[in-house]
Amino acid sequence: MKATVLVRPKTGILDPQGSAVEGSLRQLGFPVGGARVGRVIDLDVEVGSADEARSAVERMCEQLLANPLIESYEIAVEGS
Amino acid sequence: MSEVRPRIGVVTFPGSNDDRDAVWALAALGADAKAVWHAEESLPRLDAVVLPGGFSYGDYLRAGAIARFSPAMRSVAEFAAEGGLVLGICNGFQVLCEAGLLPGVLRPNRSLSFVCRDVRVTVERTDTPFTSRCHPGQELTIPVKHGDGCWFAPADLLAEVEGDDLVVLRYAEGENPNGSVAHVAGVVSREGNVMGLMPHPEHAVDPLLGSGDGALVLASLIDAARDRVLQTA
Repeated sequence: MKATVLVRPKTGILDPQGSAVEGSLRQLGFPVGGARVGRVIDLDVEVGSADEARSAVERMCEQLLANPLIESYEIAVEGS
Repeated sequence: MSEVRPRIGVVTFPGSNDDRDAVWALAALGADAKAVWHAEESLPRLDAVVLPGGFSYGDYLRAGAIARFSPAMRSVAEFAAEGGLVLGICNGFQVLCEAGLLPGVLRPNRSLSFVCRDVRVTVERTDTPFTSRCHPGQELTIPVKHGDGCWFAPADLLAEVEGDDLVVLRYAEGENPNGSVAHVAGVVSREGNVMGLMPHPEHAVDPLLGSGDGALVLASLIDAARDRVLQTA
């Protein structure tokens, strides 16, 4: 099962990387604000169903992939 | 009985780079210091553990996030749960936060720049095993060198940390090198036996190197470890 985890800095948490990216984009002339930089993690989960994959990835996020103090995450499982 | 040399283990992770300095400094200050390889399932008999600075596992994912799964860290967590003394320096502080042994998390510096310079920190508590040689409010000059040193806790956790008086070291006014909340430079666990700090005391144990103030922190740890040896002897 292919799964993708999207990890984001939580709303309200200062994101210096996002600010730096935003500043550079504005220097290039793009009218943007609110840039936030997160992380994408693609996985092949070796289980039989999308439900099992989702619950396994949920546990991965809690235990390693995201730090709940500063990051939120979204999980997408192929075919679910 | 000051000739008792407590055994202090310094855990070397892949990517640690201050482990030898820590062993050297601890030995110079009177400890029987030894390196412990991260893959060791069980710790040798130790009176204290130091997690050194560096970039364990390349700081992949988040600084300290992977190191906490190394076999030695399981033993360190058990050692800490039994009341053992654990000091995490820089990357070691990051590992302890990721492992949930200390509150908060270390984030990339607000400036996004690596900082490497002496900073002045104020000692907020002297009743810990890591600061007993300091006096309240004392200013120490100790170098920092990190890219991910911005200690952070959400407002509710910060209120708990401040309420329980867990901040041991704070950057002096105008000195905060990384944007940490409440100018936190070092925190201790609620039980008082685990501490983490971003400055490197092992790099400041001799005035010839710019400052000897770091020796106060390491010698405090050695005193506390020695007391434990004598108590159980």
